Amino acid sequence: MAGDEAAAVIAPRPAPPPARYRWGLLDAFWLALIGTIAVAVAWRSQGALSYNWDWSSVWPFIVKYDSASASWVPNLLLQGLMTTVRLALWGMLLATLIGLLMGWMRNHRRLLLRLIASSYVMTVRNIPPVVFVFIFVYFISSQFMPALALDTRVGQLPAPIQELLSVLFGPLNLINNFFLGLICLSVFTGAYVTEIVRAGLQSVPAGQSEAAHSLGLSDVDTMRWVIWPQALRNVLPSLSGQFIQLIKDSSLVSLVSIQELSFMAQDVQVSTQRVFEVFVLTAGVYFCICFVLSQLFAHLERRHGRSR
Amino acid sequence: MSTPLIEIQGLNKWFGPHHVLRDIDLSVQAGQKVVICGPSGSGKSTLIRCLNQLEQHQQGSIRFEGQLLEGDAAQLRRVRRDMGMVFQQFNLFGHLSVLQNCVLPLKRVLGLSESLARERAMQLLERVRIPEQAHKFPAQLSGGQQQRVAIARSLCMQPKVMLFDEPTSALDPEMIKEVLDVMTELAESGMTMLCVTHEMGFARRVADTLVFMDQGCLIEQAPPETFFTQPQSPRTQSFLAQIL
Repeated sequence: MAGDEAAAVIAPRPAPPPARYRWGLLDAFWLALIGTIAVAVAWRSQGALSYNWDWSSVWPFIVKYDSASASWVPNLLLQGLMTTVRLALWGMLLATLIGLLMGWMRNHRRLLLRLIASSYVMTVRNIPPVVFVFIFVYFISSQFMPALALDTRVGQLPAPIQELLSVLFGPLNLINNFFLGLICLSVFTGAYVTEIVRAGLQSVPAGQSEAAHSLGLSDVDTMRWVIWPQALRNVLPSLSGQFIQLIKDSSLVSLVSIQELSFMAQDVQVSTQRVFEVFVLTAGVYFCICFVLSQLFAHLERRHGRSR
Repeated sequence: MSTPLIEIQGLNKWFGPHHVLRDIDLSVQAGQKVVICGPSGSGKSTLIRCLNQLEQHQQGSIRFEGQLLEGDAAQLRRVRRDMGMVFQQFNLFGHLSVLQNCVLPLKRVLGLSESLARERAMQLLERVRIPEQAHKFPAQLSGGQQQRVAIARSLCMQPKVMLFDEPTSALDPEMIKEVLDVMTELAESGMTMLCVTHEMGFARRVADTLVFMDQGCLIEQAPPETFFTQPQSPRTQSFLAQIL
């Protein structure tokens, strides 16, 4: 019978090189068309746009020469940037702590813990960020901050500790202000981190905890060594997105006079009347911060992410 | 007759309104190999999951080494240390390497040092014949290799009884043999085993007792020769007619 012979397994061969992309006539046509339109728009708007770019008025607001100490000191924009960076770093830390705690409580056996966590999430997620910032800051600042009296307490600490605190949290005379913004941001972001953490915990299959328990691992050990590591690895992409959002949300606290980068940018814009230069520069700074963070998380995902 | 290692009396379990285990009585001696078979939904997996309390029973008693299992957390952890379980879906810890999978319970449950734990883990990986895979991650192994790691991980705890919940049901036919070989070697070394499986050839060779379950009831239990050649109950007879 034809075709009766057994065929041996064919050894694998290397793949042929992928087809190189060749510029065709159609590509050239589209490029020419888009190029022509872009040039035409630029030419027409040159006449219409009566704006003279003047970057030199912006540079003095980044650093200024202080004749008293005879050195270059940060000016408004750089100070604002440092506040933003502090808000971002401390905010991420605090939001993570809140999110881990609340995320764990979200699906707990005990009703009270579940209720606390789910009402927290529901309240924060259903209010727009601007409204949340206003309510939170004006309520907290009028009710709690006087009681805490952070600035007076800090003023009583010895000088080296004050030095350290001013590096960590910024100028001490503005410490009330800073903490207000920080707690507001953290509580706001914490609700979203809670949902991410909850999703992470649910993404770990039940078989994992069954296997851990049948080996005799305690509940605590099971959570610590089996569940949490897998839960967090599974949601690294979402977490990274949320932290980048935190950095952008930090600009909202400028609305309540917290002196971070956006607030300073508005200040400089008002005094120099150079709207575009100031805000393009500010946008560039935010872009760099967020980009660096996203690259960091991409690296983490490659090393520890889901598909290992 | 010495105290049975496991004694189940009048076990009843409901999942909501469904009566999934009905008046089960079963006795397992140390060193005995029991294979449980039956159609899907007969309660076979539920029965062995009740043994290490992954499922809670509502009525009846389970005694392990003569002690009644009462669901008290400390007793439960002690009992689970002495019962190893192997799952149909392997349930290896995906974020840890093969070696770390075995070392983790040794360190956290038995309190062994890192070096002792690694030594014992490597011994058991050699026993299941995959020592060279120690530093790989579960996702990089085939199903048969993963299941053998799961068996090694359970054996690391030096349990008194091994429970198998359809260990080969999720495997390719070619990998079933390597896992059954490991289980056969384990049986020959004297381990007490309770195995839920559809592998009748394995059951015939290895089991001391075959148990047939249907709709939550224990229909028949007998040594393999009697079970396969002279089944008593008509239900057993029709089941065997289907599968053999």
